[in-house]
Amino acid sequence: MDINRISELNQQADLIRKMSIESIANFGSGHIGGTSSIIETLTSLYFECANVDPSNPSWADRDRIVLSKGHAAVGLYATLAAKGYFDKSELLTLNQNGTNMPSHCDMRKVTGVDFTAGSLGQGISAAVGMAIAAKMDRKKYRVFTIVGDGESQEGQVWEAVMLAGSRKLNNLTVFVDNNGMQIDGMTNDICKVAPFEDKYKAFGFKVITVDGHDIEAIVDAINTAAGVRRPTAIILNTIKGKGIKCCEGTPASHSVAFTDEMFAAENTGEVLSK
Amino acid sequence: MNMLENKELRAVYADNLVKYGKKNKNIVVLEADLMNCHGTKKFLDAYPNRFINCGIAEANMIGVAAGLASCGKIPFAASFSPFATRRCYDQIAVSVGYTKMNVKIVGSDPGIMALNNGGTHMSLEDIALMCQVPEMVVVEPIDALSFDKLFPQIIACDKPMYIRMQRKTTPPVFEDNAKINLFKANVIKKGKDITIVAASIMVHRAVAAASVMKDFGIDAEIVAVHTYKPLDTETIFKSVRKTGACVSCENHHLVGGMGQMIATALLENDIRVPFGMVGVTDRYGEVGSEGYLAEIMGLTAQDIYDKVEEIHGKK
Repeated sequence: MDINRISELNQQADLIRKMSIESIANFGSGHIGGTSSIIETLTSLYFECANVDPSNPSWADRDRIVLSKGHAAVGLYATLAAKGYFDKSELLTLNQNGTNMPSHCDMRKVTGVDFTAGSLGQGISAAVGMAIAAKMDRKKYRVFTIVGDGESQEGQVWEAVMLAGSRKLNNLTVFVDNNGMQIDGMTNDICKVAPFEDKYKAFGFKVITVDGHDIEAIVDAINTAAGVRRPTAIILNTIKGKGIKCCEGTPASHSVAFTDEMFAAENTGEVLSK
Repeated sequence: MNMLENKELRAVYADNLVKYGKKNKNIVVLEADLMNCHGTKKFLDAYPNRFINCGIAEANMIGVAAGLASCGKIPFAASFSPFATRRCYDQIAVSVGYTKMNVKIVGSDPGIMALNNGGTHMSLEDIALMCQVPEMVVVEPIDALSFDKLFPQIIACDKPMYIRMQRKTTPPVFEDNAKINLFKANVIKKGKDITIVAASIMVHRAVAAASVMKDFGIDAEIVAVHTYKPLDTETIFKSVRKTGACVSCENHHLVGGMGQMIATALLENDIRVPFGMVGVTDRYGEVGSEGYLAEIMGLTAQDIYDKVEEIHGKK
């Protein structure tokens, strides 16, 4: 991959991370940890790999991106705003009374969101349905879904994975945000769901493990997935709260209450006002 | 005359899916390993590309159906009624209801019609659950003929829908020329003394009970309901205002069922009349024949007769 392009995408990811922090800090609290761990993946999809058009968000042939770990909605909203789906100042209304930017991603309220999620385990099933619809219609679009490692404790995730593997849905790519943490602590301590590689392989997936903050590696994995004849799982080894000074790498980053002082200390500047 | 009196409702379901699926390529059928119980192998044989057997995984089936609907499909996703509803209720509430996806959820063998599958398979709460999902249409065809007439209307309705479906033959209620509107209840017998609002397997029992009552001087009017939500209160109110008394009959728990919906609607509209309900009180089901289960769970024509006599006596 061209080194200048990688640099551009990294700058884009930095901006999206800053937008996410400011959106959450403006409200006063929010899911920054699991948002921050997937910023590079969202950037790779929306700014490099996925076939989407912000001027035509309901385009029938677009690639679908389902954020199954719907609590990371702020990261998705920030990415959509950066891509031009809507004005970035909308992010300042996050979770305000009457907002169109609710804490969990909402297809009926936010332009560009392909499916509503928040009750964990459900988005991946919808993504499987979309991938089947593409096959039925002989369409070429791809379906991407981002699932949390903690979310993968939901049995429904494996029901969906089983059907996707069984039907050899090669147009489906599942990202697993393997940040190792969940609300109550370390995923391995609470209810161990790892190893993901063996599980996905057993269900008939091609498995690629990457550093989830390495955009070049993520893009390579997405491109590799396009050429295989079965579904692909991209295991993203990530850091919860990546780039957030107050809480990087701690389970406490899941949902953080931001004071003005904490926001100032993040040193992100104000990037959302018009 | 009812031309479909010997036809099973599952055959009406499968035949109509094949019939309308021919023109409407968006119709998709999902099963969770009950294809052979619902007769939908016909659809698989006709349009293999549009049939998805999800295996025994109802929560995923509902989510897959929602994803299909988001791409413009009209998925019909079926299981036995408890597994199509209470087992995957959050999936229905969030992935279908909250998102307003055009998914048709089909729950078969409702209420006591689980018969020898018994208490584990008996949904006596599914109407209550599904009516709680905002904008969900909840419908239970009363006989094969009316189901056949409802089918194109079900396809044309683009809202999330729960179809509570008896699977096998059921005594015919309607004549061939009956007008069946998805959103209207039918007055199937005129009367002046009391209104019986009946649904599901209780409609033909209400007809039987009413014919006996007539000999004892009670002329009951019967309103047959196939759509619980939105409930056709206009037809019910008109009848109750005329007769001045009302009894509801349903194959469901009384808590959260049609009777309570009717009672609430009557009260809210200042229609104060003697009122009673026939249905299942706070209990689980068990194995048995339809006759035995109706007997022990209070769903016989005699139960209707007794309740009508009691309520009529309060006029």
